[in-house]
Amino acid sequence: MSQLTTADKKRLLRNMLYARRFEERCYEAYVERKIGGFLHLYPGQEACAHGVIEAARPGHDYVITGYRDHVHAILCGAPPKEVMAELFGKETGSSKGRGGSMHIFDVAHRFMGGYALVGGPFPLAVGIAKGIKLKGGDEISMCFLGDAANNQGSFHESLNMAKVWELPVLFVCENNLYGIGTRIDRSTAVLDQYKRVCGYDMPSNQVDGQDIDIVYAAAQEAIEHVRSGKGPYFLELMTYRYRGHSMSDSNAYRAKEEEQEWNKRDPIYILRDRLIAAGELTADEYSDLDKDILQEIETDAIKYSEESPEPKIEDLEKYVLAENDPYVHGGPK
Amino acid sequence: MAELMYWEAIRRAHDEEMARDPLVIAMGEDIGVAGGTYKATQGLYDKYGPERIIDTPISENGYTGVGIGASFLGVRPVIEIMSVNFAWLALDQIANSAAKVRYMSGGQLTAPVVVRTPGGTAHQLGAQHSARMEKVFMGIAGLRVVTPSTPKQAYGLLKAGIRCNDPVLINEHELMYNMKGDVPDAEYFHPLEGSDIARPGKDVTLFGYNISVHWCLQAAEILASQHGISAEVIDLYSLSPLDRAGIADSISKTHRAIVVEEAEAIVGVGSEVMAIINETCFYELDTAPVRVSAAHVPIPFNHTLEKAAIPNANDVVKAVLVMFGKA
Repeated sequence: MSQLTTADKKRLLRNMLYARRFEERCYEAYVERKIGGFLHLYPGQEACAHGVIEAARPGHDYVITGYRDHVHAILCGAPPKEVMAELFGKETGSSKGRGGSMHIFDVAHRFMGGYALVGGPFPLAVGIAKGIKLKGGDEISMCFLGDAANNQGSFHESLNMAKVWELPVLFVCENNLYGIGTRIDRSTAVLDQYKRVCGYDMPSNQVDGQDIDIVYAAAQEAIEHVRSGKGPYFLELMTYRYRGHSMSDSNAYRAKEEEQEWNKRDPIYILRDRLIAAGELTADEYSDLDKDILQEIETDAIKYSEESPEPKIEDLEKYVLAENDPYVHGGPK
Repeated sequence: MAELMYWEAIRRAHDEEMARDPLVIAMGEDIGVAGGTYKATQGLYDKYGPERIIDTPISENGYTGVGIGASFLGVRPVIEIMSVNFAWLALDQIANSAAKVRYMSGGQLTAPVVVRTPGGTAHQLGAQHSARMEKVFMGIAGLRVVTPSTPKQAYGLLKAGIRCNDPVLINEHELMYNMKGDVPDAEYFHPLEGSDIARPGKDVTLFGYNISVHWCLQAAEILASQHGISAEVIDLYSLSPLDRAGIADSISKTHRAIVVEEAEAIVGVGSEVMAIINETCFYELDTAPVRVSAAHVPIPFNHTLEKAAIPNANDVVKAVLVMFGKA
């Protein structure tokens, strides 16, 4: 297992801070009514996606997730300006404005989509793994979902099939302790999600999801297991989302004290402070980095999204079905 | 031209497509070692092995989603749901994943799966094994729905469904697997859109699909031989999309319409066909269209009640005679 170098950590710090600022800018654009619909933001959970995908091969391995999907898409290689343009509903968006925040897709980078039925991606991830096995590749399928998705039947059906067929799939559970607005202990009999997996004889682990060094180490072990053909693996990352479930959520169900406790364990500050303590980064450098990122988001993602065209009304029915499929009319002539 | 049973025709389509393309697979409950409840995959487990003829756990939504996920990578899964009643459980993956993924990804991702499943009321299987769900699937944008009435259609629709880049739901029938019919010896792809004229006629059009095509054909024979009425039978093998032009053409010829469906009338094939007639050829009608449909009840177990709930050829004859003022 390899350790993250200082250069890796600096790059990851920048990427995590970028993800934080990107999401906060989404919030502002939503308040400005430039983004409509539902919007589920990622601040607080950055070390989860960044640590796991750092240990994988983004663009080669397949990633699928739920509706809190912007950051996972970007980490697979989706251009941030296309993700932002999708939130703006523009033709230049990742999904040409047809998907929106909850349905970012970038299939060229093997980001297989965000899906908005809780637990829906579980069987799709297992199917992607089945496809990998049939085609004989060395990719793995990675499924990122929250703890509350584990209360769907699809969780149990999918883990069972993944194990009985020994498929190359990594289930990453980002346990942020809340299913929409209901705290985990009020909805779930077993709080430690990794324990629930023993019913499927699947190896699992639970680690701190706020410390990217820890996430990265655990993800390396999990990915090595899956890629080497030993079957599926379940990795639980303990984390916290700073905002409500979505923008329509007042967040009134959480105690301020609880939020303050988790704020002390901010994944970006943990890494920043570690680099500063090691003499690899100064507070001024960090401040400059932050300014660069804010500027980049404005000149790249926001400008592109604001200036991009809307989809054409005459294209409303495009993409419902395949165009000119010969088998619709009796096969090739 | 060989005479095959409906199940043999489906089995042949599986076998030919699996022999051609190693990414064609089949999955479902009991389809492998056990050979398939209706024998649609009989012998194929031994020929293609457990990686491609997959016995699934009894997890309909789960394994349907697995097939859809595999199709994202270019695999062509034929997903068998043993009874359409169990497809209620798989509706999330069929409707929310397979049917919508092309659209909500802006055309990047497609789910070229076939979901095969027998619907219909067989003999005394009770309310939870007698559903007819075609009306549910027909309302889902992004999903093709076809329903074979003959072995030839069963073969050709499955072949075309596997090759087509859209998700295709094939609605079969539990009572039809042993039906015999001619199937071309050469490879054949049945169109996934359109309708067939199962019997030409000039006085009234009987619209049927799947098993009700046969009730319509029996009724047309009785009407011709005993009542001097020439009925045209249109086989609506494609339920989504419905053949608007074919429906209008026949009405423009006969000027009278009866829709015969095994399902309940409410929000059904008949409602939709009558709406299409209204929209496309209302002024061609000589009289109001009529539906012959099932009673709006959970299908009863009792044999007499069950028969009373489902229409038959005599009900079609009666409806025509009433329409012509002869009953």
